Amino acid sequence: MSDSGPVQTRSSVLTVRRVDAYHAITVVAPQIAERFRSGQFLSVGVGGEHSGMLLRRPFAVHDVKPDYGGTVEFLFAVRGPGTAWLAERRSRDLIDVVGPLGRPFPLPRDPVNCVLVGGGSGAAPLFPLAHALRRRGCRVDFVLGAASADRVFSAISARRVAETATFTTDDGSFGVRGRVTDALDRVVADARSDVIYACGPMPMLGRVAAAAARMDIPAQVAVEEAMACGTGVCMSCVVPVVGEDGITRMARACVDGPVFRGERVRFDDVGTIPFDALGAPGWKARGEDAGGAAEREAG
Amino acid sequence: MNPDMRVRLAGLELANPVIAAAGCAGTGRELARFYDIARLGALATKSVMLEPRAGRPAPRVAETPSGMLSAIGLQGPGIEVFLQRDLPWLRSRGCTTVASVAGSGADEYAALAARLTAEAGVSMLEVNLSCANPAGHGRDFADDPAEAARVVAAVRGSAEPELPVFAKLAADVPDPVALAGACVDAGADGLSMVNCLRGMAIDPATLRPVVAGGVGGVSGPAIRPIAVGCVYRVRAALPDVPIIGTGGVRTGADALEFLAAGASAVGAGTVNFADPSACVRILRELAELLEERGADRVTDVVGAAHRPLGTVQGR
Repeated sequence: MSDSGPVQTRSSVLTVRRVDAYHAITVVAPQIAERFRSGQFLSVGVGGEHSGMLLRRPFAVHDVKPDYGGTVEFLFAVRGPGTAWLAERRSRDLIDVVGPLGRPFPLPRDPVNCVLVGGGSGAAPLFPLAHALRRRGCRVDFVLGAASADRVFSAISARRVAETATFTTDDGSFGVRGRVTDALDRVVADARSDVIYACGPMPMLGRVAAAAARMDIPAQVAVEEAMACGTGVCMSCVVPVVGEDGITRMARACVDGPVFRGERVRFDDVGTIPFDALGAPGWKARGEDAGGAAEREAG
Repeated sequence: MNPDMRVRLAGLELANPVIAAAGCAGTGRELARFYDIARLGALATKSVMLEPRAGRPAPRVAETPSGMLSAIGLQGPGIEVFLQRDLPWLRSRGCTTVASVAGSGADEYAALAARLTAEAGVSMLEVNLSCANPAGHGRDFADDPAEAARVVAAVRGSAEPELPVFAKLAADVPDPVALAGACVDAGADGLSMVNCLRGMAIDPATLRPVVAGGVGGVSGPAIRPIAVGCVYRVRAALPDVPIIGTGGVRTGADALEFLAAGASAVGAGTVNFADPSACVRILRELAELLEERGADRVTDVVGAAHRPLGTVQGR
């Protein structure tokens, strides 16, 4: 209802193309394009009106352009029947798109040095972010990792927009062999980076957040968690996040995130309910009875 | 002419029969970004509990054929936050609110009912009986009609007499009609049916359950025939008890099906995940279908499937 909130549109597909090992769909969606801020995502209905595939698929926005009143592009790999259906879309097909969803990356007020770290297709939201940072006069350096050379994402665009672009692959088929965190320290030192932005798989984000803490620079991370609705109603995409008050809550990645401060996310506890999270089993008793808490901690 | 969409549920008048079902409409704020929630017949809150609850670990959901499996574990902030933050907001939006309550024993349900009945802006209590009964060896309250009746009686006893209390029933029980009868005998003013059905999905690669809770609740269009059948059977047995029919409603035609089976109002649940504007779309589609039939009132079709052949005006 508010101007900055998400909208649901039947959007016309402009193009479907291949980008490295991924598919990219651009849709005409002026209301989404004008509201979009980097880090936000879309959710897309798959399979058509009578589809047995009920759940929307969340996708990061890779690019926003002013053409046709405003277009947005998202990327995906074919992983199942839903994404296979999307890959078969053609120009002028209509798809059900909701967006922009989620909290965007906060942007620095001053022209600081930013290193953008991405893993696989999870790197997609870093490209609109890089452009937004450049418009603010920030220095941008990329560190992009992937399993192998064909999964390294948009190497050419990264080189074009960034001061430097460093690539890592697990198999060494492109760039440095190893993980993004194997290259991160050197990039941060060389670029005198002030802040890290990261998105990609959870284990990678955990390592980036730990590296940021070690180097004593802030990190903003966009998490990936399985979602059913993307709008905050289903409560499925929860991640343990420490609040301003020091209390851990099961936060919804879709509306409380996907962008969190790196040190706030309890990466080691992802996929669990930490014993000290608000409302965890025995939580109330612990608040009232310190002895009980000690017992549970020991157990 | 636009059909009259007003319905009555145990003395409560709703502007229309479409209710955003409990657990699928958040606190109202989330859906209000897509439409004015005052347009809903009512919004049922996510089940409110006495204490904050963190719920189950992720992954909590899996897509299943024409539906989904979920094991959220009733995550919520507890009644204090509900009363301070969520209910006043719903009231300010002019939203007719059904407060769903959940607990681990009849005393907890009663305490919730006592708090909620005193609050302006709660139009109905819905008793979520698909919660684990701590004394039930892994069974829910709904699995035992006597246990369900105890909970319903506790809520009815704590709530003001004029506040309708509806029991939310499970379908995956040996005898849904017996469960419904036990709840009505215990004082339920109406029935809301059905909750999601227990099920499981197993990853063929890992051979482990897909959702961390193992067993979850199946919802969505896959369960609609089961839900419609339950509504029909309970309506036949208890024709004077108002029913909110819920389970896999996706379109106005689906809503019409529940009404014909004997529901006076229709809950739309999982569809809100797939289509955030679903409830207002379903309402529009239902009104169009009624208009096509020449029905003056939505209440004209309630229970139509029970009438002898030839007495229902077809299209």
